[in-house]
Amino acid sequence: MTGLFELLGLGASAELLSLSGWGGNLLRGLANSLQIAFGAFGLGLVIGLFGAYGKLYGGKVTRDLLAIYTTVIRAVPELVLILILYYVGSDIINKISEGLGGGRVEINGVAAGIWVLGVVQGAYATEVLRGAIKAVPVGQIEAAKSYGMPAFMIMRRVTIPAMMSFAVPGLANLWLIATKDTALLAVVGFNELTLETRQAASSTRAYFTFFLAAGFLYLMVTLCSGAVFARVEKWARRGQPSLKGGAR
Amino acid sequence: MKLKALLAAATAAAALTTGAAAAEQVKIGIAAEPYPPFASLDSSGNWVGWEVEVIGAVCAAAELDCVITPVAWDGIIPSLTGQQIDAIMASMSITEERMKTIDFSDPYYNTPAVIVADKSMEIDATPESLAGKIVGIQASTIHQAYAQEYFKDAELKVYQTQDEANQDLFAGRIDATQADSIAMADFVGSDTGSCCEIKGAVADDPAILGRGVGAGVRKGDDELREALNKGIAAILADGTHEKITAKYFTTSIY
Amino acid sequence: MTGLKDLMQPHRIVMMLVFAALVIWCAFALRWDWIPKYAPLALEGLWATIWILAVSTFLGFMLAVPLGLAQAVGPWYLSIPARTFCTIIRGTPLLLQIWLLYYGLGSLFPQFPWIRSSELWPYLRQAWPYAVLALTLSYAGYEGEVMRGAFSGVAKGQLEAAKSFGMPRFTMFRRIWLPQAVRNVLPTLGGETILQLKATPLVATITVMEIYAVSSRVRADTFIVYEPLLLLALVYMAIAGVIAFAFRRFEKG
Repeated sequence: MTGLFELLGLGASAELLSLSGWGGNLLRGLANSLQIAFGAFGLGLVIGLFGAYGKLYGGKVTRDLLAIYTTVIRAVPELVLILILYYVGSDIINKISEGLGGGRVEINGVAAGIWVLGVVQGAYATEVLRGAIKAVPVGQIEAAKSYGMPAFMIMRRVTIPAMMSFAVPGLANLWLIATKDTALLAVVGFNELTLETRQAASSTRAYFTFFLAAGFLYLMVTLCSGAVFARVEKWARRGQPSLKGGAR
Repeated sequence: MKLKALLAAATAAAALTTGAAAAEQVKIGIAAEPYPPFASLDSSGNWVGWEVEVIGAVCAAAELDCVITPVAWDGIIPSLTGQQIDAIMASMSITEERMKTIDFSDPYYNTPAVIVADKSMEIDATPESLAGKIVGIQASTIHQAYAQEYFKDAELKVYQTQDEANQDLFAGRIDATQADSIAMADFVGSDTGSCCEIKGAVADDPAILGRGVGAGVRKGDDELREALNKGIAAILADGTHEKITAKYFTTSIY
Repeated sequence: MTGLKDLMQPHRIVMMLVFAALVIWCAFALRWDWIPKYAPLALEGLWATIWILAVSTFLGFMLAVPLGLAQAVGPWYLSIPARTFCTIIRGTPLLLQIWLLYYGLGSLFPQFPWIRSSELWPYLRQAWPYAVLALTLSYAGYEGEVMRGAFSGVAKGQLEAAKSFGMPRFTMFRRIWLPQAVRNVLPTLGGETILQLKATPLVATITVMEIYAVSSRVRADTFIVYEPLLLLALVYMAIAGVIAFAFRRFEKG
């Protein structure tokens, strides 16, 4: 058995992976990845919410522009989008800042990562939320309107709570995509989990050990998120008839 | 319209949270991928190596407040022109091609380019002996430019980092690699590099291989270029450069 | 499909004019003089992208059918491994899987000197087999999950009817179950294939010379930042458009 471990280069892995060894680096990378994924998911939700409303209730021009946005983002590889948004994003911010008479704005890696992945996530979130809003029975919104509720209150008190149960599965999927897409930022040089892994692997030559360890960390994030989202879905469905075996 | 305003606000907010850093800080870009013994990460997350120490010494001599900023090697010049960093000190050779896009300081080290291959391979660093062989090179380097120009009969494999090319040389997927002599001396001295040896330096072509490694700055950023020149001259004059070199190498690399 | 009448609305005409102006501005203000020099390389890269996509999608789908079947109705000793496989593939980034396969396996080769003299060595040396393998497994992992739902979604009554006619089990699978399951997943297949297309540039990181790698080379050689990326995005959009169109035709026909 130890022979096999030696062969796979896992012999000294316990030492390499310890916190004082490279394990600490991996965990730091994981923290960065999660931070970026969380921010990007949040930004994506904000864009998605406005995007969905724009697509459903916006004017002709808004709708067409949003259609272009979602189509383009969903047809171009994330890696290419990340490169474009990364360079364009900092260019634009610097131009704006210069235009306002300010100096150069420093953009750190995490903020840039959130911006590029958030814009990508926004396109998918737009579609998920649009589908969810459409699934809310029209009668509920009309009822709210007939009581004279203002539009924003309808959104906050009626549409969003009612659409949650439809949106959660799609959003859970988006969150998983966000965590995995952070790996792409390695190619642009962000210090997230995959780049830390690559650095550790090439410094120690224990490629197998570190890639397996990183895979395990990503898998743990996925499985834990799965459990959390299952509870969120249950909560979002509260008060609704169960979908399984509804007629007893 | 509202949507656009909100998006702009969100972007601005994202930018603001990062804070407008102190104006005087100089961001020195290095490659995020390890390039031992010049720059690599240690297990506690610090950048170490010859070039990292030289950056520290140059900045101290030039009285600049420097921060080391790792960016992907592949996009290091766009990062400079896009203002994400202020200078590149990542073993970048001063070449005509790059001078069209950026400016360089005076050189702070200079080493020849060599061919490394398996010990059992009977090849040297000439195009004829590499014909039909698989040669690995790192993307966006002088070595890529050189190999594309001279090794037309070889099959070229382009890697994102030299470490990965070395790894594939060790695995036997490529027959040879062209890279910097110092980095390669370090590699063939290591466990994985014991398979291989330096077969010789390639014929020089200053137009492609350049004239040494310098710090890259944005075109027209003469103030920073002058400051870096001053710093480089100072550490060469007072022996700091030599002292750092002695810690890593047996011979002078200037 | 949007008809000509839809396109001729006033605001769309304005938008198209704006877009045309943008294209013209791009054509003149940006640098495109590198295109002729790199066109042959770009065509090779495009071809590499397309065949890697086609082969990995096809093989991945072939693998997804047994994976879906095992999860839907298989005994535990088949369904658990199948589910574990899908979970692992879907739970880790593809980039990491590609690197694990290529560099991870590669780092083990020197310990087995006989590998270099084996007949497989010419393939193990190159990068594309790893690229195809990684993308195939990835497609199988995602589509296997979809196929599971598709197999479960076929109405029980149909299968029972076939059984009562005395149809052998394999015939039943081939004639009734599989076609209906495939029809169930057809609407998602186009989308999944576009996702697969978007995954192909990752193999450039293991030295496969596909279209993304060509654009990186242009950027490295010429230091032009935006133009190769913009053109690349356009190329991917065109391929995605063709895929979407083809699947729509396929679904109808």
